This record gives sequence, structure tokens and C-alpha cells, in this order.
Amino acid sequence: MDLSFGPEYEEFRTEVQQFIAEHGSKSPRQGGARDKEAIAWQKVLIEHGYAARTIPKEYGGFGAEPDIIKSRIIAEEFSKNQINTGLGGQGISMLVPVLLEMGTEEQKQEFIRPTIHGEMIWCQGYSEPGAGSDLASLSTKAELDGDEWVVNGQKIWTSTAHLADWIFCLVRTEPEAPKHQGISFLLFRMDTPGIEVRPLVDMTGDANFNETFFTDVRVPKHQIVGQRGQGWQVANAILGHERGSLAPPDAAQTRLNGVRKLMETETVGGEKLIDNPVYRDRLMKLQGRVLAMKCNDIRLLSARINKTQDAKLAGMIVKLQGTELRHELEALAIDVMGEIGLAYGDNPYLRGNGSWQYQYMYYLGLIIGGGTSQIQKNIISERGLGMPKEPKIEKKA
Amino acid sequence: MEFGLSSEQSLLQDSVTRYLSEQLPLDEVRKVASGDVNDAAVWQGLADLGIPGLLVSEANGGLGLGSLDAAVVSEALGYHVTPSPFLSSAVIAPVALQTAGRCEDLLGSVATGELRIGAALAEGIGARADAGLTANGNTLNGKSLFVLDVDADQYLVATSDRKLYLVAADAAGLSRSPLSTIEKTRSTCELNFSNVDATLVSEDPGVFDKTWDAALVAVAADTLGTAQSALDQAVVYAMQREQFNRVIASFQAVKHMCAEMAAELEPCRAMVWYAAHALDEIPEEATMMACHTKAHLSEVGQFVTRTSTEVHGGMGFTDLVGLHYWFKRAGFNRQILGSPELLRERALSVTTLAA
Ligand SMILES: Cc1cc2nc3c(=O)[nH]c(=O)nc-3n(C[C@H](O)[C@H](O)[C@H](O)COP(=O)(O)OP(=O)(O)OC[C@H]3O[C@@H](n4cnc5c(N)ncnc54)[C@H](O)[C@@H]3O)c2cc1C
Repeated sequence: MDLSFGPEYEEFRTEVQQFIAEHGSKSPRQGGARDKEAIAWQKVLIEHGYAARTIPKEYGGFGAEPDIIKSRIIAEEFSKNQINTGLGGQGISMLVPVLLEMGTEEQKQEFIRPTIHGEMIWCQGYSEPGAGSDLASLSTKAELDGDEWVVNGQKIWTSTAHLADWIFCLVRTEPEAPKHQGISFLLFRMDTPGIEVRPLVDMTGDANFNETFFTDVRVPKHQIVGQRGQGWQVANAILGHERGSLAPPDAAQTRLNGVRKLMETETVGGEKLIDNPVYRDRLMKLQGRVLAMKCNDIRLLSARINKTQDAKLAGMIVKLQGTELRHELEALAIDVMGEIGLAYGDNPYLRGNGSWQYQYMYYLGLIIGGGTSQIQKNIISERGLGMPKEPKIEKKA
Repeated sequence: MEFGLSSEQSLLQDSVTRYLSEQLPLDEVRKVASGDVNDAAVWQGLADLGIPGLLVSEANGGLGLGSLDAAVVSEALGYHVTPSPFLSSAVIAPVALQTAGRCEDLLGSVATGELRIGAALAEGIGARADAGLTANGNTLNGKSLFVLDVDADQYLVATSDRKLYLVAADAAGLSRSPLSTIEKTRSTCELNFSNVDATLVSEDPGVFDKTWDAALVAVAADTLGTAQSALDQAVVYAMQREQFNRVIASFQAVKHMCAEMAAELEPCRAMVWYAAHALDEIPEEATMMACHTKAHLSEVGQFVTRTSTEVHGGMGFTDLVGLHYWFKRAGFNRQILGSPELLRERALSVTTLAA
């Protein structure tokens, strides 16, 4: 048992702290796609190796050797000082890792640099009205016509499709093949003729995702990642990236501290909420669960560094536990606020900009998105505990 | 950086596990539970492995190992619902005496298993109206309830102001009567004091607290093992039992019960490791982690043992498969040395808002 990173890493930590002292004031508080300040900050981060750290220089990254501990130290210091960690989004978090692994040289050259610099925004076109949890049954089809794929069909829940320049999209190219072997992974521009994006308002009141329709959308033949029919393997490489990152325990701890602060300042009938034993116990119960997930996270980090440690099951439960926990945590904040917990939008009595209400709903979305909790339980029981799949039901002719 | 068990710790756990799976099949547990025999033979077997002296320093005649070593042993004991005085004699007593620096000469025979020290901490944790213990100088009057180990030679006794005393089981004026509980694998008793001469171990509540923290982590580790066994038994049973021409493990309702158990339990392993490590190496987090870990494991232990029972159907409810021993062990661990609510309250009182 050794929780220290060692002296050579403490030097690196000092470096990160110096960077924060020097540049931290330029860190934007928030900022989504196309925000000028956020893009400028991203550039600073990449130049210093705090974003796109291990992406090779030739593709616009910083070009450092992968070092799990250094990445961890950067994350710790940025979080401690509440420094913006740079741009996110599905292009950076999902597509870039896949291109690095499976893309052609031309694709890496063309897409990675603008994507990591926030100049090229992507959306993920996987889910369809008829293919959600059972993604492999998707039916949007692409047929080769000369040098072009012709895409027809519909995607749904496409986050940020209304903002995106490009889409990475799963389409069926081999209708005769078994369902997992007939899918291909295409990249195309969102301003290609034949694409229609219709916003879908979600329960938060925002329209974060969309329905996306394709009618004879023509895509150059070479804009495919991996081989024809290999799209399922390509997509699964990305889903692995997505799952672990949806609900990190450090963020849960920050939110929990926020609930505690709320309870230490808010009063009802002159009594501080933290002095109410029922609320207090709910808070501490969640603290226990957050601590368990934080310890689990340390174990996962350790297993990535020390390859002989087995933490397979510990990794498998993160998406399920993390998103459920976060949802409950936001719920507690709403409960302690009583009717103020109902406030939303321009309500003058709103606390914390309404983030508790927003995140309470947002995390319900994350419980569903990226593989529902039920699908996670299938995975845990089958791949983690070795229990059998349910028998298949033959489709009626 | 390495967060996990050392190879020595894994070996230690393996050797205890091997001994228990060979020498302590469920039939042996049943004999102790039914009162046919006591736990002396098991304790002797564990003594041959050095377990009673795990936390006793080498200078005092023990192995001088640390809290994480105690936790991995405790987990193995829980996994096998082991009847033994490990918690009181191998954890609570050595930590108290060594922290206080008093009566350490006793620890040599504690380490060999010859001397058993029981623990009467309940008064210091949450004094009940039924009990009540007063110290006048070194003379004790009153009683303490749910004292760990009915067969101990000596008792470490706490008063409600968290002073610690040591008394011999056969001291004049002390009477001891066993208390039945739902859990038959470990014994508890009531101690009645009438002008009993005791040896003062410590007047410093800090010594009591440190002892309590160590005990909490040991109990949490016991629950980890208890729950892990209950989950393993559920999966094995589900893979064998057939209904509707299928093993019940292929029913999604059953799979999801098992997945939920695993999802709750797996992070607990890292939590127990961290809490044990904190006892020795991160003093500023030790109490907070001990409280949260015992409280959280109590919740998860309860959930896992009840769910495992459900997976076993009617068989789970019978005495035949004996799963109820694990159910009751988790229940016992939940109630003793502070309920989850009490411990969470204590955790809050020792933490300021983290940055
Ligand atoms: C906030 C949010 C953002 C999203 N962003 C995107 C995006 O950018 N791009 C994209 O392609 N998709 C996106 N999605 C879609 C998401 O991946 C799907 O919603 C998800 O996979 C579930 O599919 P579904 O909605 O069709 O539900 P269904 O699959 O119809 O599920 C309905 C219910 O049935 C259960 N169920 C289904 N199959 C099983 C099974 N085998 N065993 C047990 N229970 C089962 C589910 O758990 C659920 O409770 C997003 C979703 C959300 C909520």
C-alpha cells in the first residue's frame, strides 16, 4: 500500500501549480462549443501539455508519452483550483481516441487538429428510433454508388447535432450480414444536402439533442473509419471511453460539499438545515457512498499503473453506481430546499443558478444514455459474475 | 503508487482462508452456534497461524503487523462466519493497551491465544438506561451490556466518559451472564459490577477513540467478507437451481439482483482497504473513514445478505443451507459498536467542509 506518487512526480506537481499560478486567471468559468474564450484557453492548455496531452505533435497535440500519474496530477490540481480543464464534447472524448487507434493517416491529419482545438464540432449518430439499447439492430442504410455512399434513414437523441460541423455515424452497409457484422462507421459534414436536424426538447427545458434525418446524403467513399462491416468494433472502442467518464467521484464530492454548504447556510423556521437530523443523516449516508466510489477510483487508478492488479469488476460498476449516486445527490439538495427546490428559470429565489434542479434531471438522462442502468446490470452479471444470457426469443415470421 | 494488498497480505489472507475452509465447514460452525462446543478449537487453530498476535508489537511478543493486515484477516473470518474472539482479543485489547502503554505485559499471552481479553465498550459508545457504569477511583459499580466474548479471562471495560479499565473475569464482585442474541457465531454477555477493583488503562478519551476506530474497521472488514460470501453463494446457487427448464441464473430478475449486490459491494473492498490504511498512515482521516466505512458496510451488508436470501428462494429461509448465519452475522456487525446513524453523526462532527 503506497498512496504517494513519488518525488519525481511531486516536481511535476509543482510545475502544474506554477502554470496555474501564472495562467489560471485566464481560465474561463464555463463555455461550450464555439466560445472564443474557451477556444483561446484550449490553445494555452495544449501548448503547455494540459490538454490533448498524449496526442502526437503532428496531429496538433502536445505529444507527451502517456503517463497515468501525470494525467492524474493535472486533474487533481485543476480540480483543486477550479481551473477549466479545456474543451470536451463527443469529438474530443470519443472520436479522437478512435481515429488514433483505427483511422487512416489522412483522417488523422485532417480531423484531429481542428477537433482538439475546438474548431470542428462533432455529434454522435448512433441511436435510432428502433435501435437504442439494441444498437446493433440499427437500420439507417448506406449504399455505395460510384465513389460515394448514399445514406438514408433516421437517428435520434443526437446530442449537439444542431451545433455540429460533422457527424460520426453508424450505418448499415451489408444488409445480408449478421447484424453485428453489417455496420460501418462513416464521417460526414452536417451541411451535406439531405440532412435535416429537428431539435428535441428534453425535460430540462433545453433542446440538447435532436432527431436527425438523412435523405440521399452523399458521402465520399473514403470517409469511413475501419473496413466496411467493421463499424461495430469501432463503435465499441468508443463506448468504452464514454462509460467511465460520465460520473467521476471527485465531481460527486464537489457537489456533495455544495449540498453541505447549502445546508449550513439555508434556514427554515430559523433552524439551519444542517441542524435537522433527518437531512443530516441523508447527507452523511451519501457521503459514505461517495467515499466508497472515491476509494474504488483510487483502486482503478492503481490497477492501470500496476498491471497485475485485477479490478475488472470495480471498473464495470462505475457507470451504474456513479450516475445513480449523482442523481440522488442532486435530489437531496432539492429536498433540503423544500419549495425553493421547485424554483426554476427566472425565479428570483433560485439557489445556485438552479443547477441542482438542472443536474437532477440531467443525471437522469445520463442514467439512461450511454447504456441504461439495466444494460449495465446485464453486463455486470454476465461479464462480471459469469451468469448466462437470457434465451433468445424467435421473431414471429 | 500502489493501492492494494501486498503479496504478504494476500498470503496471510490465503493462509487463514485455507485453514478455515479446511477446518471450519458449516457443520463446525453449527456446533458452536448450537452451543455444543465453544470457539476454543478454532481460536487455537488461528493461534497456530499467529492471528491473535497480529497487532501485538514484536516487543510485546506478537507479529507487529498493521491495520490492513487485521482487515484482511477479519474479512476472511467474516467470509467463513468464524466463531472467534478476534475482534475483542486481537484488535480491541492490543490497540487499547498499546496506545495507552499500560498492562502491555499481558499481550504476550494474548498473542499466543492463551489469554482472551473481552471488550465492554458499549457504555462509552452509547450508554443505555438498562445499564450504567460508574467508576469511583478504580472501583467499578453498575453494569455493561453486550460485552464481547463470554469466555474471556479479562475484560477491557469502558465507562460513559470513555475511560478504560481492565478487570479479571473472576474478580471479586464481578458477575457475568451470557446474553442470547440472534447471532450464534459470536458470544456476548452482561457484566455486573459490585465494588469491583479494576486496573485503570486510560483516562484519555483519545485512547478510547483510537481503539473504537480500529474496532470499527475490523467490523467493517468482517462484513465485507460476510457479504462477499453471501453474494458468491447466491451466484453459485443460481447457476445450479433450475425452474421453468432453465437455471434461475438466466432470469434477468435474478441476474439484476446479483448485479446490484456486486455493484454495491465491490467499491466497499477499496473503502475497507483505505480506511485500514488511514488508521496507520493518515491520522487526520482515520476517524472519519472508520465511521463512514462501518456505517456504509452495514448498509451494504444488510442489502446483500437479504438479497442473497431472496435469490435462494424458500431454501434461503431454511436452516438447511445455513445462509442465515451470514444474514445474522451482517446484522450483528451492523448493531454493535455504533449503529450506522450514530456513526454518521460522529463522522460529521469530525469533518469540516473539504476543499
Ligand atoms: C441525455 C442523453 C443523450 C444522448 N445522446 C446521444 C447521442 O449523442 N447520440 C446517440 O446516438 N444516442 C444518444 N443517446 C441515446 C442513448 O444511447 C439511448 O437512449 C440509450 O441507449 C437507450 O436506448 P432507448 O432510449 O432506445 O431505450 P430502450 O432501449 O428502448 O430502453 C427502454 C427501457 O428498456 C430497458 N431495456 C432495453 N433493453 C433491455 C435489456 N436487454 N435488458 C433489460 N432492460 C432493457 C432499458 O433499460 C430501458 O429501461 C442519448 C440519450 C440520452 C438520455
